[in-house]
Amino acid sequence: MQTDGPGADSAGAVNDGRECETLTNKIVNSVAEALSGIDDGASVMIAGFGLVGQPDALINGLIERGVGDLTLIMNNAGMVAGVGASLLLELGRVRKIICSFPRAEGNKVFGELYSRGRIELELVPQGTLAERIRAAGAGIGGFYTPTAAGTMLAEGKEVRVLNGVPQVLELPLHADVALLQAWRADPLGNLTYRGTGRNFNPIMATAARLSIVETCHLAGIGELDPEMIVTPGIYIDRIVHVAEPRLSAGGN
Amino acid sequence: MAELLPFSRTDLARRVAHDIGDGWYVNLGIGIPLLVSDFIPEGRQVMFHSENGLIGMGPRPEPDKVDPWLVNAGKQNVTIRPGGSLIHHADSFALIRGGHLDLCVLGAYQVSGTGDLANWATNDLSVPPGVGGAMDLAAGAKRVWVITDHTTKSGEPKLVEKCTYPLTAVGAVTRVYSSLAIIDVDRTGMTVREMAPGVTFDELQAQTGVPLRRGPVAS
Repeated sequence: MQTDGPGADSAGAVNDGRECETLTNKIVNSVAEALSGIDDGASVMIAGFGLVGQPDALINGLIERGVGDLTLIMNNAGMVAGVGASLLLELGRVRKIICSFPRAEGNKVFGELYSRGRIELELVPQGTLAERIRAAGAGIGGFYTPTAAGTMLAEGKEVRVLNGVPQVLELPLHADVALLQAWRADPLGNLTYRGTGRNFNPIMATAARLSIVETCHLAGIGELDPEMIVTPGIYIDRIVHVAEPRLSAGGN
Repeated sequence: MAELLPFSRTDLARRVAHDIGDGWYVNLGIGIPLLVSDFIPEGRQVMFHSENGLIGMGPRPEPDKVDPWLVNAGKQNVTIRPGGSLIHHADSFALIRGGHLDLCVLGAYQVSGTGDLANWATNDLSVPPGVGGAMDLAAGAKRVWVITDHTTKSGEPKLVEKCTYPLTAVGAVTRVYSSLAIIDVDRTGMTVREMAPGVTFDELQAQTGVPLRRGPVAS
């Protein structure tokens, strides 16, 4: 029986609940295993807004894995110097970053790389970033948005006047890998989130060829109320259980 | 001659709060605009939206009641009010872009006479740019109000004929609450609603880079 490809040989053959459970257990035993197959040059979405909803263990695992020449797609560019995405940047592993707000108070890592021409930046308005990711996951070929019309972030892009409003053509944003954090996950990859930890997680889950989630808690199949599941397991490939991070209180 | 008493930032936050309608959904930008939430009049129902997927944002928590999983757009710990909800980023910006927010309050480097807004970048190339949600908010909210000093620290007008800093959005600002006056903005120009105590129209005009019209209450 196949266990490595989600649903690889299961089409039409699986009606039995128990067999389904075995076929679709996506839980792996370690962060390293969760990240297997990620190579140099990968495009990697990293969820999170500030430190909340950010998959710290997976980011640290990516650092340990040693891959480089990465393109990161995330909202910020690392919040705290010396850890997480900021450390990936410091170690020279990132070729390009696609984000909305690369500055972080007290963290000069991105600014120094940027001013020395050591990293490429594609700056995207936050809502356009989210919608480009959503569009990728939803099979949309592009969309027109009034956001950024008439500004320098629309330079070089097609603009059409629709309903009397100038609108900018934006294209979907796909990735090789999405690194996610959930509050609870079941073996099928059904996910719930906590607080503002939801942020980019549900949309990035849909937009990458390989979606990997670290979850604070594991649930059995059927334990998560179907009405409350935010991300259905169809989007998730690998799950690793990582104890709840101790987020710092006080902000920034 | 009356003493000139510019509006303080607290005055402006209180004025904005007073002018928010009952039942409005409102997004407050990082910094001074966040002060507005402290001055909502008793009994007025206002729902605050935070771009990172929080509708019904409440005040900062007591130090012993911090939930580190709840932050606002400035990454500060906040609370969620009864009846609040949590959504993902694409939905959060869909409601912004879709015109569902009644109001967004932002700061500004410059506002043009026809409501162009510059508030996300200066021309200082040594600082890496960061736009966040500013362009989406300015383009999407039904009303965009700006809280700002009337001039820069060196006395240059911030209300200008044409913005010289990079634009956030074209024709977006509908009202300016400055240290000297409250001014309505539309495609035809700027109309003074109210001036700070002791300010004359001529003095106000002299510190403004674009022609002003006298509104009915600012004569």
